[in-house]
Amino acid sequence: MRLTLHVWRQSGPNAAGKMETYPVDGVEADMSFLEMFDMLNERLTTAGKEPIAFSHDCREGICGSCAMMINGQAHGPWKGAATCQLHMRAFKDGDEVYVEPWRAKAFPIVKDLVVDRSGFDRIIQSGGYVSVNTGGARDANEILIGKDVVEESMDAAACIGCGACVAACPNASASLFTGAKISHLGLLPQGQPERDRRALSMVETMDLEGFGHCTLTGECQEACPKEISIDVIKRMNRDYATAAVRFVPAKESVGAG
Amino acid sequence: MIELNSRVPDGPIEEKWDKHRFEMKLVNPANKRKYDVIVVGAGLAGASAAATMAELGYNVSCFVFHDSPRRAHSIAAQGGINAAKNYQNDGDSVQRLFYDTVKGGDFRAREANVYRLAQVSVNIIDQCVAQGVPFAREYGGLLANRSFGGAQVSRTFYARGQTGQQLLIGAYQALERQIALGKVKMHTFSEMLDLVVTDGRARGIVTRNLLTGEITGHAADAVVLATGGYGNVFFLSTNAKYSNVTASWRAHKKGAAFANPCYTQIHPTCIPVSGEHQSKLTLMSESLRTDGRVWVPKKQNDNRAPAQIPEAERDYYLERKYPSFGNLAPRDIASRAAKEACDEGRGVGPGGLGVYLDFADAINRVGQTTIAERYGNLFDMYQRITDENPYRQPMRIYPAVHYTMGGLWVDYNLMSSIPGCHVIGEANFSDHGANRLGASALMQGLADGYFVLPYTIGNYLAGLKHEKIDAATHPAFVDAVQSVKSQSEQLLAIKGKRTVDSFHKQLGHIMWDKCGMARTHEGLTEGIAQIQQLRKEYWSDVNVPGSGATLNQSLEKAGRVADFIELGELMCRDALNREESAGGHFRVEYQEDGEAKRNDDEFAYVAAWEWTGPDSEPRLHKEALEYENVKLATRSYK
Repeated sequence: MRLTLHVWRQSGPNAAGKMETYPVDGVEADMSFLEMFDMLNERLTTAGKEPIAFSHDCREGICGSCAMMINGQAHGPWKGAATCQLHMRAFKDGDEVYVEPWRAKAFPIVKDLVVDRSGFDRIIQSGGYVSVNTGGARDANEILIGKDVVEESMDAAACIGCGACVAACPNASASLFTGAKISHLGLLPQGQPERDRRALSMVETMDLEGFGHCTLTGECQEACPKEISIDVIKRMNRDYATAAVRFVPAKESVGAG
Repeated sequence: MIELNSRVPDGPIEEKWDKHRFEMKLVNPANKRKYDVIVVGAGLAGASAAATMAELGYNVSCFVFHDSPRRAHSIAAQGGINAAKNYQNDGDSVQRLFYDTVKGGDFRAREANVYRLAQVSVNIIDQCVAQGVPFAREYGGLLANRSFGGAQVSRTFYARGQTGQQLLIGAYQALERQIALGKVKMHTFSEMLDLVVTDGRARGIVTRNLLTGEITGHAADAVVLATGGYGNVFFLSTNAKYSNVTASWRAHKKGAAFANPCYTQIHPTCIPVSGEHQSKLTLMSESLRTDGRVWVPKKQNDNRAPAQIPEAERDYYLERKYPSFGNLAPRDIASRAAKEACDEGRGVGPGGLGVYLDFADAINRVGQTTIAERYGNLFDMYQRITDENPYRQPMRIYPAVHYTMGGLWVDYNLMSSIPGCHVIGEANFSDHGANRLGASALMQGLADGYFVLPYTIGNYLAGLKHEKIDAATHPAFVDAVQSVKSQSEQLLAIKGKRTVDSFHKQLGHIMWDKCGMARTHEGLTEGIAQIQQLRKEYWSDVNVPGSGATLNQSLEKAGRVADFIELGELMCRDALNREESAGGHFRVEYQEDGEAKRNDDEFAYVAAWEWTGPDSEPRLHKEALEYENVKLATRSYK
């Protein structure tokens, strides 16, 4: 099949960008969307032009690198799939396809379709962990966790950190991402000691990073390649509210002499 | 001249690690912060090592070429992680995991390392659960296990089909915590392009900032490479697209011996190739073989739909050939059996390069809901790629390159033949011998990172004098930075006619044909000549567009493919030298009744190769493998 691609080209973080048009023929239904980009890039290189920069790595929907806004939809038309999992059988001969980077102030553009998502790492740094050093953990079976609890936690832990939730959100909120981590750890017994501190700190960092507020439009859960439910945002809001009321920071202990 | 000393402690195997831990020198807690350690890579091994060393108090810098330390290819491991917990009361033990791993590796691994791996496996599960890794549970709240190939006990822990992801996120979170505490300085978008060795010790690395093109030296007291495997030398593999050999290869050129490069794992259950445009292959977890049955039609060129082929006309060849392990035969054996069936003209699907993996019996036995619970995400992934529904018709699978058991040679302390340069995870050669068992890669990566290296590196550091060097002015760093710059400039200046990918694909074809599932003296000799020719063409005809002063993904690939070409030649040389069949290395000339035939008298050694220059033959060093606890036997799964 033959497609007409319109792709956002931007040579660097501070350069002006614009849409460029590329007719692409010889597209096969069995190709992945990124393989179609590979083919286009090979042709651009051979023609002496600079290929389109885009993020990718595992190409099986788990590393969270790939990130394309395809015809206005984060990761394109297939539900529960990352860009790399989208196959060209989703399109038909003659289609026009618009491809843009994630659009969010907190994800500045690096080049073409590549954006900087380090804000997500800083949200995790502010509390998305259980504070246990290596060694000294007790036997794994001493912590009993019900099957239903661990499954619900796993639903949230499945987040791949791709940023589609932010890109799809009209407010560019990172609530689905942050809520997923707060839920993953907050549902488990291991996450209880730091639950209040975690909720307060991660939500604060999310705001400082320039992500918008959540107005529960639900666009994020529609775009999420792991189909994480906005229930995690409810959980985050509840944890935050509870913590804001009751949390007293621990006092640093001073030597008693 | 390299000297190999494995530094395996003496004494009974059960006591070696404890004894060694006691005998190793310690660094005083107040002094740890005075030592700078560089960790390259943040997959399971790198992230766990960086976090743990920071917890201990070392001053850690961690470098990754990704945009975040959460993206490494460990994340794609699906099936699980082994540990000798014996929670299922089915007869597992440290001794049994040790034995299974040595046997699974076709008696080509170092016994003492494998025993230690089995010992610390139990600590890994405890640590990961404490971090909040949501492993699958039974209704009563206890941990669940599944079976994997090459074992007759159920010792694999899992988190749906996303075990690697969950373990990596656990290590990543531990790492992020240390970054927030200021104990780890994280460098993203930074690719290591050289190792700096001075006074006979590794003292740092040279990196290229992938966003700005800046090339910089970084000094430290020790360097840890956790840079993964080199399966992408075949172009098509289950590895992530960015996985490459460059960090290991540049260290090799600086004096680190490369061990057993020909040991390549071809995974039996991958989705078959669909066309020339294919950019990578997708693995379907080995755990599927717990419930799926592998078969091909008995007749050649049988084009009927699978449902039209009656039971009596199907050949469940793994169950037929290996009745006691059946569909759970180890990976190398299952892959070769699939190749044989296809070579006989009994393959299925386009081009006859596929076999069926059938879940009909399992669905009848336990119901579709249970199967969906166990493998739902894998079934979805399969359907997305092939447009076929595996609940209704069998999957089509074919072997694909998946893992490399070879890697930089390391001693018992995980130090390479360059003092101060440590190598962990898939990047080293140590624990899997000639074939890795399923669910053992995650175990080894985390064993190295959480429980082995953080101890052994102290022993190295405690023996050093405090001598800081300045990466900006030290001559060894200035030279290394200059040579990295020249290579980038050279690649950009060739302005030839062919793209980097076209060379990479050609290399992949040569490797798959000559150094793939079946290797011969003649084929390997041809392969070496073809690769040498390819190298010449590469350096005169590659076209790398753009500049070096910005994000340039073609330039990144160009450097990696240059290294893959050199590695490919070494792999063929190693395969040619090893005149036996062992695990993932199958030489057509050496077989008995269709099974691999080892030659313990002549080849019970680690082949460690020393770089001697681009146009001269590498020098072979041998580390003899001595088996004091496991009796060398023909590996049988019948």
